[in-house]
Amino acid sequence: MSVAFVRDRDAPLRPPPPGTAGALGWLRANLFAGPGNSLLTLLLGLALGWLAWSVLDWAVLRAVWTGSGREACAIPDAGACWPFVWEKFPQWIFGFYPLDERWRPLAVMAIGAAALAPMMVPGAPGKQANALFLLIAYPAIAYVLLAGGAFGLEPVETSSWGGLLVTLVVAVTGIVISLPLGILLALGRRSELPVVRTASIVFIELWRGVPLVTVLFMASVMLPLFLPGGVTLDKLMRAIIGLSLFASAYIAEAVRGGLQAVAKGQTEAGLALGLSRGQVTRKIVLPQALRISIPNIVGIFIGLFKDTTLVLVVSIYDFLGIINAGLQDAKWAAPQTANTGYFVAALVYFAFCFAMSRYALFTEARLEQAGKR
Amino acid sequence: MSLEATARPRRRPVWSSARWRGLALQALVLIALAAFFYDLALNTAANMATRHIVSGFDFLWRKAGFEVSFSLIPYSGEDSYARALMVGFFNTLLVSACGIVLATMLGLVIGLMRLSRNWLAARIATAYIEVMRNVPLLLQLFIWYRLVLTPLPQARDAITLGSASLSNKGLTLPAPVFGDGAWWSWVGFGVAAVAFWLLSGWNRRQREATGKSMPVWWLGALLLVALPVLFLFAAGWPLSFEHPVRSNFGFRGGMTLVPEFMALLLALSIYTAAFIAEAVRAGVMAVSRGQGEAAAALGLKPRLAMRLVVLPQALRVIIPPLTSQYLNLTKNSSLAVAIGYPDLVSTGGTILGQTGQAIEVVTIWMVVYLSLSLLTSAFMNWFNARHRLVGR
Repeated sequence: MSVAFVRDRDAPLRPPPPGTAGALGWLRANLFAGPGNSLLTLLLGLALGWLAWSVLDWAVLRAVWTGSGREACAIPDAGACWPFVWEKFPQWIFGFYPLDERWRPLAVMAIGAAALAPMMVPGAPGKQANALFLLIAYPAIAYVLLAGGAFGLEPVETSSWGGLLVTLVVAVTGIVISLPLGILLALGRRSELPVVRTASIVFIELWRGVPLVTVLFMASVMLPLFLPGGVTLDKLMRAIIGLSLFASAYIAEAVRGGLQAVAKGQTEAGLALGLSRGQVTRKIVLPQALRISIPNIVGIFIGLFKDTTLVLVVSIYDFLGIINAGLQDAKWAAPQTANTGYFVAALVYFAFCFAMSRYALFTEARLEQAGKR
Repeated sequence: MSLEATARPRRRPVWSSARWRGLALQALVLIALAAFFYDLALNTAANMATRHIVSGFDFLWRKAGFEVSFSLIPYSGEDSYARALMVGFFNTLLVSACGIVLATMLGLVIGLMRLSRNWLAARIATAYIEVMRNVPLLLQLFIWYRLVLTPLPQARDAITLGSASLSNKGLTLPAPVFGDGAWWSWVGFGVAAVAFWLLSGWNRRQREATGKSMPVWWLGALLLVALPVLFLFAAGWPLSFEHPVRSNFGFRGGMTLVPEFMALLLALSIYTAAFIAEAVRAGVMAVSRGQGEAAAALGLKPRLAMRLVVLPQALRVIIPPLTSQYLNLTKNSSLAVAIGYPDLVSTGGTILGQTGQAIEVVTIWMVVYLSLSLLTSAFMNWFNARHRLVGR
């Protein structure tokens, strides 16, 4: 026999659940969800606050802003030594390029920026002409302007180039040389001809297997041995050749990834339309593959830009190299000089690389959208 | 009529066949390559003759005559170039191995932090990754070198604690000297390793059968430390310490961990950790959400769900990029040359400067790094294959 149980009173009311809307709700969900989480937030917040305060304190509050030598910065408990940066900055950009001729590197940088900007904006007109200009005419113009010796321009030895100028020259020349080479290698690696394929694979894996420092050493000490007698290449040129060969192997792998992503049906459709194999590659496969590999190529370019710092092991003074060399200057021998120099270097490299990586993300997102249509 | 037509098809010129063209192209490539290398060899021979460089690896047995600041094997300037290169090789291995371990741990933490539900933790991890990836490694190395070196006192004002001392020459510790019978500790280590392996296998079967599990990793670590010590003790403790002696310019004897090593290790692991963190994040995100939700539905706490359900599956996606990051770390350890840590490239560079044997030294570098690359990828492929088998 069962007893029916009918509840005749309401259960006690529970408090309403914590709000999930509004600022408080957001804080509760994302920062203070449970005691462990709150503790983590507090600890990380303290660490972050301490870090931000020390940087602010060092770079602004305790920093020395004016002065003309080590006396200004060598005071006890001083922060960043900014007058060092003011004085050295032109040298960090141009190296030992003659003062009166510095409009030339500036012009090269300005032309490059002006030609590159429309390339990066999707939908801007004249992409093809612009690309041709950048890849063919621009290097020639830049070379004549920088090296001089023609059109009444004073010749300037590459040994007096330096700073950000060298960084940009090495990185941009590196990518201009390695891009076509890398595309050829990627095509070679996918070739059906065993000799071509093997040669490409050996080339690619050889460069990818060794560190860049050894490649630069090789370019600086071994390359002169390979050249026929009487032919000499200057130091900068040798480093650029080493870096370009090195980068071309990585570009080849990025392009190969793109080539593999193009559906086989594209090739077959092209052949069915009566195009030759060369035409199919040139007009159908490669354009699609390159578009797909743009984010990776930009990634390699960022790597190349960062790797140009290594040229200092073969005593070429790029942006980091010249900052590092300037630290030996007895005029500025103060405890915080080096920290200030490295701080500025880090900011500049970060600004360049971060901007490029954002651009890579942007193209990637655009490609994804195009793929969805 | 029609029979005749099929019997004698219209002859096509031989060069229009794809096969023939392929062969011709390959022959051309071969000839071009051969000519290129022949020319290279001729030029090199002529150049070396004018510079009076004798090619060959005989120079390796000549006296090196330079000292190195840090060595795992006994070495002095009286030893040969070959031994100097060995010193560099072991130093490269040491910094790469330590760097790989540190970078993996840090990268795992940062990668999981980036996926954390805690907003601040995720943001800090993102900022870490962005900053580390976008600042050149060489610059980071310089910065770490300064940070490591600046607070350290001169050797004569070294901070000492017992017979350990810390100065700008590095951290000097008493060096263990192993006498006869010290190999017993290796035996102990081997026994411990086998025991650990058996134990973890037994534990896995036990867990699969009953759901109960033991803290195998702690037990294993205990075994790996305790057994060698125990064996050494049983062999009559054939172990003594050589204490460092203060000399004019630093310390003699003992073993020294140079600041260059610390700086290089920090820079390499902190830089590579950012890339590993991205690989970890990608791997975890590749595991379908349902897996985590199913684990939660079974009552696993988030931490356990991550460790037992999500991470093992993510590992399959993580391992290939992880391999290439390990290789990058090993190759990047060659930046040692910039701060003077005597790795393979640094010692090789000194030898190159002294002897002018550019081709030989560069060949040695290439062979060593290529074999390291091949070995690492072979090991990681094996690990990957093994993991895949277990997972299914």
